[in-house]
Amino acid sequence: MFDNDGMSSLAPDRVMLVWCPDWPVEAAIRLHGHTAATPIAVIQTGRVYACSAPARAQGVSRGLKLREAQARCPALLVTPWRPEDDARAFEPVLVAIEELMPGVEALRPGVCAIRARGPAAYYGGEEEAALWLLDRLDELGVLGTRIGIADGVFTAEQAARQRPVQRWAQRIRTVPAGAAAEYLAPLPISVLEDAPVTTLLRRLGVYTLGDFAALAAGDVRDRLGEQGARLHALSGGLDSRPVVARTPPDDLDCSIDFEPAVDRIDQVAFGVRALADRFVAGLTAARLVCTSLCVELEAERGELSVRTWLHPRSFTASDVVDRVRWQLQGGASEVGLLSGIVSVRLSPASVDSIGNHEEGLFGGGPDERIHHALSRVQGMLGRQAVLTGAVGGGRGPADRATLVPWGDRLVHEREPSPPWPGRLPDPAPSTVFEPPRPVTVFSASGDELAMDDRGALSAAPSGISSGPSALHVAAWAGPWTVDEQWWDPQHASRVSRLQVVDTTGTAWLLALEHGRWWAEGRYD
Amino acid sequence: MSNLALALPARDEQVRELQERIRQLQSTRLDTRALPTHPAIARLLPGGALREGATYSVDRSLTLLMLLLAAPSAAGAWCGVVGVPEFGIEAAAGFGIDLERLVLVPHPGDQWLAATAAIADALGVIVTRPPRQASEASVARLSARLRKRGATMLVLGTWPQSEAMLSLTESAWTGIGDGHGNLQSREVTVTVTSRMGGRPRSARIRLSGTAAQPGPAAPPGSILSA
Repeated sequence: MFDNDGMSSLAPDRVMLVWCPDWPVEAAIRLHGHTAATPIAVIQTGRVYACSAPARAQGVSRGLKLREAQARCPALLVTPWRPEDDARAFEPVLVAIEELMPGVEALRPGVCAIRARGPAAYYGGEEEAALWLLDRLDELGVLGTRIGIADGVFTAEQAARQRPVQRWAQRIRTVPAGAAAEYLAPLPISVLEDAPVTTLLRRLGVYTLGDFAALAAGDVRDRLGEQGARLHALSGGLDSRPVVARTPPDDLDCSIDFEPAVDRIDQVAFGVRALADRFVAGLTAARLVCTSLCVELEAERGELSVRTWLHPRSFTASDVVDRVRWQLQGGASEVGLLSGIVSVRLSPASVDSIGNHEEGLFGGGPDERIHHALSRVQGMLGRQAVLTGAVGGGRGPADRATLVPWGDRLVHEREPSPPWPGRLPDPAPSTVFEPPRPVTVFSASGDELAMDDRGALSAAPSGISSGPSALHVAAWAGPWTVDEQWWDPQHASRVSRLQVVDTTGTAWLLALEHGRWWAEGRYD
Repeated sequence: MSNLALALPARDEQVRELQERIRQLQSTRLDTRALPTHPAIARLLPGGALREGATYSVDRSLTLLMLLLAAPSAAGAWCGVVGVPEFGIEAAAGFGIDLERLVLVPHPGDQWLAATAAIADALGVIVTRPPRQASEASVARLSARLRKRGATMLVLGTWPQSEAMLSLTESAWTGIGDGHGNLQSREVTVTVTSRMGGRPRSARIRLSGTAAQPGPAAPPGSILSA
């Protein structure tokens, strides 16, 4: 141990570095289910950030403008670059590596480092350990992975990234212990990836890492400061930075298997009760609360029902049981489940620190009581029966109401923030017919009112009728025509609205769609 | 002439006060707490406000219903609407009802009574529309529950034990003409018929089209005449 401390600045650790080339593309392929043969480009601020091999074969390269890339390869599939997706897709790779050897450090998505000493001793050599690793990654379907083994992270990365001489060059490149400086010497100075320093060095006539390493360490520190001194040490193969292994995240998932399969909802709910307690206790022990929950139900015939449930605050054990029950009810017919449930799996889709969700010393009481009562009504009538709402975006009165089941988080179908030109000015109708009621609107001569292509009415409305009863029109305004999503034949709609006041003083909101009149709302 | 004009409202006021006292003496139960109520309507109601644990009938108009809900909701009460699928929440927000404390049960179906009772256990104000003539026994049970919990119920339609029947009539719109303009504001007459008998009382109220934004806005509606 003492030796190690003393030696650390002189002899860096042996490091195995795994590099997955074009990781953003690989992540897009994995998360969106594309195939490796599709030409894909990942775009950041209008330029190509990474591209797949088929795209590269057609002339797409990093830094190219999106338009230019699409011109070169018309079949190019374009996705925006999302760093969090890259990290998410890399997680299974890290887990797979951790199964083989401990102490993985994720340097960035697509690149990770492992201390080589332990695995080398276990597998009987560094190259053997690397071969095991490549085998495992190939099984996972991560193609083209390369491994560099050298003293220190920097040298190992250069070894992994070095362009192969032939196409089928070895995927593992080993730099023997102590030979790092020698290996790095011919590499260009630009691999240091520090533009100000490398530009200056080039002006000073220093073009390779070997040239840079040959300068005296004291002079470099005087001229370039701490950062320069660190780069100088890297160039000399003296990478003092150790590999810091990550702590694998806790497994918070819980599952239960039923043997034999359970085919009644209340039995499943009863069986899940203990599981839910364990699930919440596990989260509490990790000082977390679950704010969105993923429930997986596997049925006897192999059907899998997966749903993510949101919670306005955080899930308690009884909330979890309720969600499982609702998910079962959603997929069930009147008589019961389609087939017996063999396993239930709960996993937290998003968690938060428990400190942010602690109830105050006072208050919180009435809310809990209301939540309990409404959950009971949901138990009686079904989850969709109890709703809360907000005013969302849209133009029609029915579009603007966003209703979500009690207990779910409010997610707007249409964002309320855009101005929505063409919507009717306030006041909104107090009665919104759901669905709209068919009505007949007729003119003074008794003909049904029609509208021409230019949006003009055939005559002034003088009466409306629904069934046998008829009302006379005292005042009216409109029509206001809204042509929505005309570019999309599936969702296109052209609606003209009229406001009409009848002789009793009640106002109506009428809509004309596809040549038929509907009463959308009433101001009663 | 001017003396007479001043004296008349004063006498009216006195008569009203006396009637109020008689009503209190006749009342079969102890004084209950009042809910915040729209000032123009409060003057018409028996007891001068909506009462906790009481039931009121509203004749058809959802606008009137929202006007009644707005003040308690703005004061922090939770409101539940059972069996009214056409309740327009945008208009509700425009009247100042806080949508975060509004719960809708649009289709209670056969379980109307059970759902209303369960919601009455927790929420302050409940709006409901009985699907058919509810049985005497269930009405009595629900009324007892409301009294016990201190919840106020507003029934769309008739209800045997309601304190008062409210209706909205003679609405006159402004802003709309013969093929031009749009609906902007209106004046309506709100009439309250008390269970205790007596002459129906009515007031003229102006409702203006407010911005449909939730929040503790002043209740839209000002008194024109009583």
